[in-house]
Amino acid sequence: MTAATEADAMVRPERDLVARVRAGESIACARMMTWAERGDARFAAVYGEFESELGRARRIGITGPPGAGKSTLVERLATHWRAQERTIGIVAVDPSSPFSGGALLGDRVRMSSLALDKGVFIRSMATRGVFGGLARATDDLADVLDLYDRDDILLETVGVGQSEVDVARSTDLTLVVLHPGGGDTIQAMKAGLMEVADVYVVNKADMPGLEQLVHQLTDTLDVRDVPLDERPPILTTVASSGEGVAELAERIDALDAERRASGKRDARRAANLRLRVRRIVEGRLQHDIWQESGLARTLDERVADGRTLSAYGLADEILNAYRERRNLEGPA
Amino acid sequence: MQASEQPIRVLVAKPGLDGHDRGAKVVAAALRDAGMEVIYGGLHQTADRIVEMAIQEDVDAVGLSILSGAHMTLFPKVRALLSEAGGGHILLTGGGIIPQEDMDALAEQGVGRLFGPGTTLQQLVDYIRDEVSNRRAAARS
Amino acid sequence: MTTVDRVTNASFEAWKAAYDRARQRDVPFETVSSAPVLPLTTPADLSGTDADAEIGLPGQFPYTRGPYASMYRTRLWTMRQFAGFGTSIDTNKRYHYLLDHGQTGLSVAFDLPTLMGYDSDHPRSEGEVGKCGVAIASLADMETLFDGIPLSDVTTSMTINSPAAIIWAMYLVTAQKQGTKLDQLGGTTQNDILKEYTAQKEFIFPPAPSMRLVIDTMEFATKHTPRWHPVSVSGYHIREAGSTAAQELAFTLADGFAYVVAAIERGLDVDSFAPRLSFFFNSHVDFFEEIAKFRAARRVYAKRMRDKYGAKNERSLMLRFHTQTAGCSLTAQQPLNNIVRTTWEALAGVLGGTQSLHTNSMDETLALPTEHAAKVALRTQQLIAYESGVANTIDPLAGSYFIEDLTNKMEASANEIFDQIDEHGGVVPAIEKGWFQREIAAAAYHYQRELDAGQQIIVGVNKFVEQGDDTKLDTLFIGPEAEREQLERLAKVRRERSQGAVDGALERIRTDAASSVNMMPAFMQASEAYCTLGEMIDVLRDEFGTYTEAPAF
Ligand SMILES: Nc1nc2c(ncn2[C@@H]2O[C@H](COP(=O)(O)OP(=O)(O)OP(=O)(O)O)[C@@H](O)[C@H]2O)c(=O)[nH]1
Ligand SMILES: [Mg+2]
Repeated sequence: MTAATEADAMVRPERDLVARVRAGESIACARMMTWAERGDARFAAVYGEFESELGRARRIGITGPPGAGKSTLVERLATHWRAQERTIGIVAVDPSSPFSGGALLGDRVRMSSLALDKGVFIRSMATRGVFGGLARATDDLADVLDLYDRDDILLETVGVGQSEVDVARSTDLTLVVLHPGGGDTIQAMKAGLMEVADVYVVNKADMPGLEQLVHQLTDTLDVRDVPLDERPPILTTVASSGEGVAELAERIDALDAERRASGKRDARRAANLRLRVRRIVEGRLQHDIWQESGLARTLDERVADGRTLSAYGLADEILNAYRERRNLEGPA
Repeated sequence: MQASEQPIRVLVAKPGLDGHDRGAKVVAAALRDAGMEVIYGGLHQTADRIVEMAIQEDVDAVGLSILSGAHMTLFPKVRALLSEAGGGHILLTGGGIIPQEDMDALAEQGVGRLFGPGTTLQQLVDYIRDEVSNRRAAARS
Repeated sequence: MTTVDRVTNASFEAWKAAYDRARQRDVPFETVSSAPVLPLTTPADLSGTDADAEIGLPGQFPYTRGPYASMYRTRLWTMRQFAGFGTSIDTNKRYHYLLDHGQTGLSVAFDLPTLMGYDSDHPRSEGEVGKCGVAIASLADMETLFDGIPLSDVTTSMTINSPAAIIWAMYLVTAQKQGTKLDQLGGTTQNDILKEYTAQKEFIFPPAPSMRLVIDTMEFATKHTPRWHPVSVSGYHIREAGSTAAQELAFTLADGFAYVVAAIERGLDVDSFAPRLSFFFNSHVDFFEEIAKFRAARRVYAKRMRDKYGAKNERSLMLRFHTQTAGCSLTAQQPLNNIVRTTWEALAGVLGGTQSLHTNSMDETLALPTEHAAKVALRTQQLIAYESGVANTIDPLAGSYFIEDLTNKMEASANEIFDQIDEHGGVVPAIEKGWFQREIAAAAYHYQRELDAGQQIIVGVNKFVEQGDDTKLDTLFIGPEAEREQLERLAKVRRERSQGAVDGALERIRTDAASSVNMMPAFMQASEAYCTLGEMIDVLRDEFGTYTEAPAF
C-alpha cells in the first residue's frame, strides 16, 4: 500500500458517516457506534441529521444474572427472527475490570453461528469505556443500529448493578433471564430486576430446580401484589437446544403488537425519552463542571494540599467557582 | 474527549484449526489488565469471520495466535480481507511459532510485528499501545 | 518410622537456627507450579505416614512404587516417539527409519484437519494439510501409513480424539486387510475427549454424544481387542495449556473416573475394561515435583478405583502411563539447551516409573522435528536406559523424605481438587460452566506474570539471554507439495470407490447415531467402503450437533 492510500484508508471510516450508515455500510455503522460510545461530540453534531428517521426498530433488553444463558438466548432469538427476514442488531455489554478499566468481552463467541450473516450486526461494549453512563451509551448505540436499518435491536446486559438495570429500563420490552439452581430470584430482586421485567424467561429448563424457581417467582409476584393482568408472563426455555425459543419469540411479537395497538408502547417511549433527556443533561452538566471548567483538577488540588476540609464546605466552594465561571446565579 | 484517552480496542482470536489457546488467553488477560478493551473472538475462526468481527467492533488492532504452521496462509488472508473491508487502518499483529524469514515476508505484506515464544507480556502491550497511538495520530493529521 | 527419633528436636532446632543465620538467595523457592518448597524435609514430615500402607512395594497396592514387581529389570519402558507429517507416504518413510534405529513402538501424529474431522480438501483445511502431523482422510491413507509394517508385530499409539472411533476403525480394517486378527492388535488410541473441552480444545460434538463414542470404543475393545487400550486419559495437554502439576494430576484422574462411571453406566463390569485404561502425563522441568506427581498418581488411582468404583481385579487398580517431556518448557532461544531440559524431564519420567516415553526434539518450538533432531531425542532415552544405571533398581527415590512428603502433598491436593469438581456437579457440568478452563487459564496467566517478573527463570529467555544468538537449526519444512499430493490422493479415492457402498455405509452411520447401538461396526463398514473421515464426521455433526465453548478467563 502506498502512503497516500494508506492515509486515505485511515480517515475513510469517518467521511459521510450518516449517509454511509443509512446505506448499510458496516464499517461506517461501527465507527458511528464508537463515537456514540465514547461521547464523541461528532455524534451529537450529526444526530440531528437522522433523528427524525429513528423509532422504527423494536428495542428489546435481555438481562439477568451472569451465566444465565443470555447470549445463547440472544443467538437463538436472532436466528428465529432472521428466518423471517428481519434484520438484527445486537449490543452485548460486559463489565469492565474494576482494577485496570480494561475489559474482556466474550459474548460474541456464543453467537458465532450468526457471524457471517450480513443481516446481523454484533457489537460488544464494556461498561467503563462509555462516557456519561451506560444507559446513555446503549440508547445511542441502539439509535445507530436503527439508522442502520435493523428491525430488532437486542441489548444484552448482566443484571447486576443500577446502570445495567437502567439499560433494561430504556427499551420497548425487557426479558429477565433466570436459571435454576443459582439463588437467582433473590439476586434478581436485589438488583432491582423485578421492576423491569416484561417477560420472565426461566432458561436451562433442562436443569434440576426448574419447578422450584418458577414457584419462587410466582410467589414473589404474589407477595408484591401485582395485579394478575399486569403480571409478566413466565416462559421456560432451553437456549442451548433451542427448546421453547420459538414460543418465546412469538410471545414477544404478540406482546409488542398489543402494546403498539393499545398505545402502551408509545407511552413507554415517552417515559424513556424523559429519562434519557435527563441523563443527557446530567451527563453534560457533569462534564461541564468537572472537565470543561477544570474543576476536577481544582478538587484534586484542594484535597491534595493536605489541610482538613469539610466535605460540604468544599462542595460549596466548587459549585460557587462553577457558577462564577459560568456567570450563574447562586441558589435563592 | 481526546482521542488519545480512548481505550484501545483489540480483537484477540485464534484462526485455523488448532485449539491451543493458552497464548491467546494469556495475552487477552494481559491486554485487559493494561486497560484495553479486548474482544475475545474465540477458537477455530476463519479469516472472514475474524474480519467481520474486527469491522463490527471497530477495533484498533487484531491479534491472532497461530501455532499450527498455517501462518503464511492465514495472516495474508486476514490482512487482505481487512483492507478490502475498509479496515486498512487496523493493525494486524500476533504470535506463534513463526520463523524469522516468514515474519519478514509477512511484514512486507503489511502485517505488523509478530511475536515468538519468549516474548514478555509487557513487550506486547507496549507494541500495541505505541503502534495504535501512532496510527491514531496519523489518522487525525 | 524408626528413623524419626534419630533427628531429635534439639538437633533440628540447632539446624533451624543455623539455617536462619545463613544468607538465602533472593528467589521465591517454589516449584514451576508456584508451590512453595521447604528448605529441608526430615522424618518429622513423614511422621503421619504409614510407610507400609502408603509406600509399600512395587506391584502391590497402592502401587506407589510401580505397577509391576520387577519394573525395568524385566522390560525397559517403551521408547515411543510421536511422529507424523505430510502425506502418509512421508510418514511411512519416517516410521521405517525410526524402527530401523531401535524405536520399539509407533506413535502417530495426525494433522489438524484430521483431528478436527475435516477432509484434506475441505476449505477449512487449506494451509494445514500435513503441517502438524500426517493427513489421513480415508482408509487408503491408513493403508499407506503402515505399508510394510506388520501391525501384528508393533504396537501403535494414535493421538486422535474427537474422530478417534473412526480413525481406530480405519486402523482395524487396515490390520484385517494385512491378515492380522483383531485380538492380536496392541496399541492405544488417545480418545480422551474430556481434556479436549478443558485444555486442547479440538472438540467437534457436545460432551454427551462424544462420551457415547468413547464408551462405544471401550465396549468394542472389551469384546474384540483385548490387547488394545481404547482410551489414554491425558494430562499432557492440560499441563501444556498452563495448569499446575497438581491440577494436571487431579483433572486427569477425574477425567479417567468419569469414563469409568460412564462405562459402568453402559453396563460394563469395571474389571472388564479398567485393566486397559491407560494414562498419559507431562514431564515438566521441576524434577522432584514431577516424580512425586507420578508416584501419587498411582496411589490415588488405586485407592479410588478400589474404594469408590469397586474394582477388584489387581490390574484394574494399577495406573500405567505414558510420559512426554514438556513441549512448553522448550525454548526457541538457544535451542541446544532443549536437549538438556528434555534429558532430566525424561529422567523424572523414568524415576517416576513410566511405561513408555516420548522425548521432545530440540527443534520442537521452531518446527516439526527433523530426522536428526528426532534421533538425538531417541538417543537421549537410550542413554538414560543403558548408561545412567537408573534402570537397574526399582523406584530408587522411595523413602526420600522430600520425595515422600511431596508425594503425600500431591495426593492431598488431588483430593482437594476432586472435592471442588464434585461441588460443580462433576466433570461434564464443570466443563460446561467453564470451571476447568478458568482454573487453567488463571494458572497460565499467573505463571507468565511470574516469568515476566523474573520469579520463574528460563535460561536463554529471561536469564543468560544472548544477544544475536545465532544457533541455527535446520528445520523440517512442510511445503505446499504435501497438500497438493494429498489432494490428488484423495481425489483418486473419491473417483475409484463405489458410490453405492459409500452411500449405504453413511446411511448406516446416520441410523446408528440416532439409535443407541455401538457405532464401531458402522465405522468399520464405512472405512472399508472408503468413505472419507469428513463424510462420516459430517453425518455425525448433523446428528449430534457441534460444540462451541463459552470463553472463560
Ligand atoms: N444446560 C443448559 N445450559 C445452557 C442453556 N443455555 C445456555 N447454557 C450454557 O450456559 C453457559 C452460559 O451461557 P451464556 O449464554 O454465555 O450465558 P450469559 O448469561 O450470556 O453469560 P454472561 O454473559 O457471562 O453473563 C454456557 O455454557 C451455555 O452453553 C440451557 O438452556 N441449558
Ligand atoms: Mg453473555
